[in-house]
Amino acid sequence: MLRFVPALTLLAMLGPVIAGLYGALLPAFGHLPAAGFHGPSLVAFQALFAWRGLADASRLSITSGLLATMLSLAIVTLIVAGWSGTRPFKWLERALSPLLSVPHAAAAFGLAFLIAPSGWIMRLAAPVAGFDRPPDVLVVGDPWGLSLTAGLVAKEVPFLLLMTLAALPQVQAARTLAVARSLGYGRIAGWLKSVFPAIYAQIRLPIYVVLAFSMSVVDVALILGPTTPPTLSVQIVEWMGAPDLQNRMTAAAGALWQLALVLAVLALWRTGEWAVARLGCIWARSGHRHARDAVIRAVGLPLAAVTAITTLLGLALLALWSVAAQWAYPDPLPAGLTARTWMRHADALADTATDTFLVAGIATALALILTIGCLEAEHRHGGRMTRRATWALYLPLLVPQIAFLPGLQTLLLSVGADTGRAPVIAAHLVFVLPYVFLSLGDPWRAWDTRQATVAAALGATHTNILWRIRLPMLLRPVLTAMAIGIAVSVGQYLPTLLIGGGRVATLTTEAVALSSGGDRRAIGAFALAQTGAALLPFALALVLPAVLFRNRRGLHV
Amino acid sequence: MHRLLLAAAFLPSTALANPDPAEWSAVTQEAEGQTVYWHAWGGSTATNDFIAWIGEQVLDAHGVTLEHVKLTDTADAVTRVLSERQAGNDDDSAVDLIWINGANFANMKEADLLFGPWATQLPNYDLVAEEGVITNDFGTAVDGMESPWAKAQFVFMYDSEDAQPQSSMQALADWTAANPGRFTYPQPPDFLGTTFLKQALVTLVEDPGVLQSPVDGQDFDAITQPLWDYLDALKPNLWRQGESYPASGPAQFQLITDDEIDIAPSLSPSEASTAIANFQLPDTVRTFVPDGGTIGNASFVAIPYNSGAKAGAMVVANMLLSPEAQLRAQDPDVLGYGTVLDTAALTEEQAQAFADLDLGIATLGPADLGEALPEPHASWSTAVEAEWIDRYGSE
Repeated sequence: MLRFVPALTLLAMLGPVIAGLYGALLPAFGHLPAAGFHGPSLVAFQALFAWRGLADASRLSITSGLLATMLSLAIVTLIVAGWSGTRPFKWLERALSPLLSVPHAAAAFGLAFLIAPSGWIMRLAAPVAGFDRPPDVLVVGDPWGLSLTAGLVAKEVPFLLLMTLAALPQVQAARTLAVARSLGYGRIAGWLKSVFPAIYAQIRLPIYVVLAFSMSVVDVALILGPTTPPTLSVQIVEWMGAPDLQNRMTAAAGALWQLALVLAVLALWRTGEWAVARLGCIWARSGHRHARDAVIRAVGLPLAAVTAITTLLGLALLALWSVAAQWAYPDPLPAGLTARTWMRHADALADTATDTFLVAGIATALALILTIGCLEAEHRHGGRMTRRATWALYLPLLVPQIAFLPGLQTLLLSVGADTGRAPVIAAHLVFVLPYVFLSLGDPWRAWDTRQATVAAALGATHTNILWRIRLPMLLRPVLTAMAIGIAVSVGQYLPTLLIGGGRVATLTTEAVALSSGGDRRAIGAFALAQTGAALLPFALALVLPAVLFRNRRGLHV
Repeated sequence: MHRLLLAAAFLPSTALANPDPAEWSAVTQEAEGQTVYWHAWGGSTATNDFIAWIGEQVLDAHGVTLEHVKLTDTADAVTRVLSERQAGNDDDSAVDLIWINGANFANMKEADLLFGPWATQLPNYDLVAEEGVITNDFGTAVDGMESPWAKAQFVFMYDSEDAQPQSSMQALADWTAANPGRFTYPQPPDFLGTTFLKQALVTLVEDPGVLQSPVDGQDFDAITQPLWDYLDALKPNLWRQGESYPASGPAQFQLITDDEIDIAPSLSPSEASTAIANFQLPDTVRTFVPDGGTIGNASFVAIPYNSGAKAGAMVVANMLLSPEAQLRAQDPDVLGYGTVLDTAALTEEQAQAFADLDLGIATLGPADLGEALPEPHASWSTAVEAEWIDRYGSE
């Protein structure tokens, strides 16, 4: 039985991706009987290339993806190289970790409230700068996608930082750095020359995920991206929703185009890695110590701090808007506070929160069962995950959502299984599974198997050992994996929107739908509830083991 | 052979299974316990609250559960029904009721995607004021295939602290040139954005009469040239120089409150009053209508041919036409939508309640609104929208 779990896991994760890509392939090449087209033909690509916005949208996808990834990586590298092991670093680590679970949409809303020409920063500056009216400049939605990039950086820095922190002990960073420093290398130069290459090998896949995600994100682009034309992924969603079914073929062609762009940029990045490695070797061999790096060190900390503070301040402003009465420009604070927004939306919030947790809970439970099944199979039948298996885990995260979800929706529609929560849960599972697996894998394998040997010697069966010894001892990592799974599910916008067909409304889809109405109070309430839904499980994951094991110090792993 | 007979025996019964609005008691009986998925635009808190209230009413009175599926674009619901028919789902649509009008209605009616006729047989339809915008939806005859529930007329909102009413579309363009960055409109294909284009078109073309027939076979480029000349001149003076546009009508409220703009279009004469009551607009906002009048239309609800809860959907449509619901919808503190009812057909008490309604400080009276101009044929919307997106939306 247990032997089949890895295969089942692979199917749950890759099945929808492959089916979705297949579902995009046919209409992209002019075969969509529902719209009266029997391919193969190039009508869909002709329609795609006839869209005047294609060049701009493609450029935007490439620049915002590359820029967001490079900036995030640079900030994380600077801060870890310059400050790891220090007190400010500990503080930053604590501030950034919870931000990982803040949904992208909520962070984007917060940023928009902060940096818009009539936003909070400008309100603070208005009396000094003498702006009695907000300046007429395009900040949110700028054609270069800079605010979009900023929104992505604010969310990807915590992600990459956490990935890097997990990799540090594996490459014995502290010891390596100590050796480099004793040879007279500056902190940053020593770290870059001796630790970074090993770290990069560990975080390469997460970086690719960031790159693919940033190039094709939909919800953040809807909130912060330009609209004339919109980003390619947003335009594909619009084509998916257009009344004329023929547009679905254009959407399918666009999905393949987006996939090709992502693959091309990944290849470009790979080439860049090679070039940087060559240059890095020359630099390392040069022997320069670069001992005076105070300035560069000083740059890293505020950069990282700004990303944390931006998101936190943005969330605080969302909260303030949700209880604001009249709040005119340029007042830095609302004229009064009222609970009216929350009361008005209480029922809708409760309903959508229920659906959100139902989908997240079931998807996470399934992911956990599959993950534990895989890990247990690995443990009982021997063998460790190969490199190829690691790639399989990352594959659903590397293929842009917008490339395969439209095809999956078209496929589901054609078999009539397009409504209700079940398909949505299956679609969420694709993204929840890898994160649950990645977070539980290491603690699971690190467990001391001598405990199992002792238990087996006392006559316990495999099942008994799993339920009565291993799982209780690993309660904290299991709960953390669950919290991560729920946070991932709560933040999903596109799978819920496209696969749910509008019938499944989560806090995320509601918040993004509200963005078109521009009601900051309602957006504030929903985005805050969305953030709460993602953070609450983390709080429980911290508190529960402490409560359950208050009499068992040894179980505080 | 047996099977064929059996199949033949079932065919008429599925056709008969559709509820008949003429037998209203049978409809309400069948509706009891049904769940109606109403696909309606969900971008406005006021509308969402009103729909929730309607849900309470039909649940209390008829045991019908109303689920509001919040759309960002009505076309999504049309696509859904179309896809369902392609997939062979002919009796259990995800959509039971759609807030619809204009091109979406014309498309669905033409493609035989709608159930009906049923609307004129609703008990409360007797109270409806039958006029042009009720019987003719964007140049397409309604024919009882959709039921009206609100009337709208295009107006402009302005912040009286910074701007004044403008007498014509040209005067608006001149004001915008003198006050660059202080006027904008939602980005088409947003409904209000497209309506702004049509408002400009109707007042700028030489002969508005040509707009009443389909665009096919007419010289689109020549007829619409004055519109593009107007927009070309307007664009550099728009908010953000026309490089970006607000996403929807309500998104403009925030821009006015933030003092980013002073004038913006609106689809409903009392929308501004409602927004003031909700702290969404400053109380200095008023509305104006340029000389020569503005486009008017009505909002409808329609039932897809494959809805599994047609009786429940009709109960909801009938509830929307009840004097209580219409009074509530017209109340600017709630929604501020124009009623479709003929007050002469109401009881004295009901008519008085409408007369007593305080329309709010920003709402023009019926006399100031003037005669509503007819909407151009739906095909003009689609064509003008597509041309706008090509010219300004994907630069």
